[in-house]
Amino acid sequence: MAADPKQKPDNPRGAATRAKSPINNQARSYLDHHRKVARDSARRLLKTPIASLMTWTVMGVALALPVALLLLLTSLQGVSAGWESSARITAYLSMDTTTEQARALAREVDSDGRILSVELVERDQALAEFRAASGLGDALDFLGENPLPHTLLITPQENARTAESVQALVAFVEGMGQVDQVQVDLGWLQRLNAMTDILARAVWALSLLLGAAVILVIGNTVRLAIENRRDEILVAKLVGGTDAFVRRPFLYAGAWFGLGGGVVAWVLIQVSLWWLNGPIERLADLYRSEFVLQGPGFEGAAALIIIAMLLGWLGAWVAVKRHLDDIEPGEIAGG
Amino acid sequence: MIEFRQVSKRYDSDHTALRQVNFHLGRGELAFLTGHSGAGKSTLLKLIMVMERPSAGEVIVGGQRLNSLPKRQIPYIRRHIGVVFQNHQLLFDRTVFDNVAMPLEVMGVPPRDIGRRVRAALDKVGLLSKEKMNPMQLSGGEQQRVGIARAVVNKPPVLLADEPTGNLDPQLSADIMQLFTEFSQVGVTVLIATHDIALINQMGRRRLTLDHGELIAGGSAPVGGGLHGR
Repeated sequence: MAADPKQKPDNPRGAATRAKSPINNQARSYLDHHRKVARDSARRLLKTPIASLMTWTVMGVALALPVALLLLLTSLQGVSAGWESSARITAYLSMDTTTEQARALAREVDSDGRILSVELVERDQALAEFRAASGLGDALDFLGENPLPHTLLITPQENARTAESVQALVAFVEGMGQVDQVQVDLGWLQRLNAMTDILARAVWALSLLLGAAVILVIGNTVRLAIENRRDEILVAKLVGGTDAFVRRPFLYAGAWFGLGGGVVAWVLIQVSLWWLNGPIERLADLYRSEFVLQGPGFEGAAALIIIAMLLGWLGAWVAVKRHLDDIEPGEIAGG
Repeated sequence: MIEFRQVSKRYDSDHTALRQVNFHLGRGELAFLTGHSGAGKSTLLKLIMVMERPSAGEVIVGGQRLNSLPKRQIPYIRRHIGVVFQNHQLLFDRTVFDNVAMPLEVMGVPPRDIGRRVRAALDKVGLLSKEKMNPMQLSGGEQQRVGIARAVVNKPPVLLADEPTGNLDPQLSADIMQLFTEFSQVGVTVLIATHDIALINQMGRRRLTLDHGELIAGGSAPVGGGLHGR
């Protein structure tokens, strides 16, 4: 079955294109051999489509799970990064602070290196804004006295917007005289950060476990392939095939299993994204969040497939190491 | 070309397969290896192919001392040794052509040359017209000749045969012996392990006889110092 494909691809190139120097010739024949082995290995997988598809699917599921979680994680981290960039600290001054004191305080805060800008909202101005915004004018009139304090709206520098830095800034502002209360709504952000940290670790642990599972699955599949081709391995070793020569078809088979698994994983992820996107958009809308579940993109897909092929190759290598080197043509020569 | 110096092979326990075997086969020599079952014929062949290592003594093939050969060099030695088996060890999942091509593929011969050389070898054994067939479709004698074509396709200086005529009728056996003779005439050292006394007598060639691991006939001190480089 393999005679025709062997002859056909090589003939059209013809003698004219043959390299002349022996080293070139050798390199070319080595590459030819690799191409042939790669093709034969692929053809072998396709000859048993159901079995191959099952292996690909197992691999695909095992790969899709951590990758999907990784995508979710990246998206979540994007959310918290977005919120950190808009982190603002609101400091309410005590009621007895005069306008001059408030301005001096604003200048003092502004001089700190971590602060990008400080806006002072004077109490009269705040009252006017509140009156306009809330429609509670009558109620405010009834109070008689302005219940609002002077307020400093502090925007940290770009590099001081992490949860920890903001925390430090809050402490700094709280420590100043005249400051009654400091508010920064980072609590939920910290909780989200903590959760994504846990998720990140879980994802990596899961990735490691499932990566190992992939290697074992491929290793076992390749082990069966080795058993099936035992005679061929014996003969190849007998006629002077090096270990590398004998291993090569199985390593290629592993890589092809990886390729198929990677593609299946990518398809699974795309389908899940498409399926989840509607509900996620609605949920994000309810939270007025910019949250978007990011797909793997072209580079992500390429990385996924390359990693899958590497895992397949590695699995094949494990099997080959364990089983192939044991096959020695000792028994072939009879007693 | 093949030289054994005081070679002994002990398998664990007390089983000694070969005891102090000495012989030397020159270039282009054709010899028979004979003896009862378990006399050590297979062990001797395995030592030449580095499937086994001697417990004592030296095995020298083509000027190479095999005792100290590192494991990863073994394939390169085997490329210089063609082997024909009684059960031919053909692969039934590929054509006759692909079976014969295996030693060349292993060596990284360019595909164009493979085609030429495989056909030359098949022509030599008279099976050129069957290159596209599966070995399963061939008769026993034809299968054996495919095995011979595979053994000689890369023109090895040494050809070993283990009971090559085991299942064949006298006429086919004679044909195959004729092939071996032709190979030896072009300089190939041929060593044939066989039980077939009639055949051996008919050929009138050198005969190495093993008995319980000892070479009782046909052995010799190394000829000309034994440094028979290729």
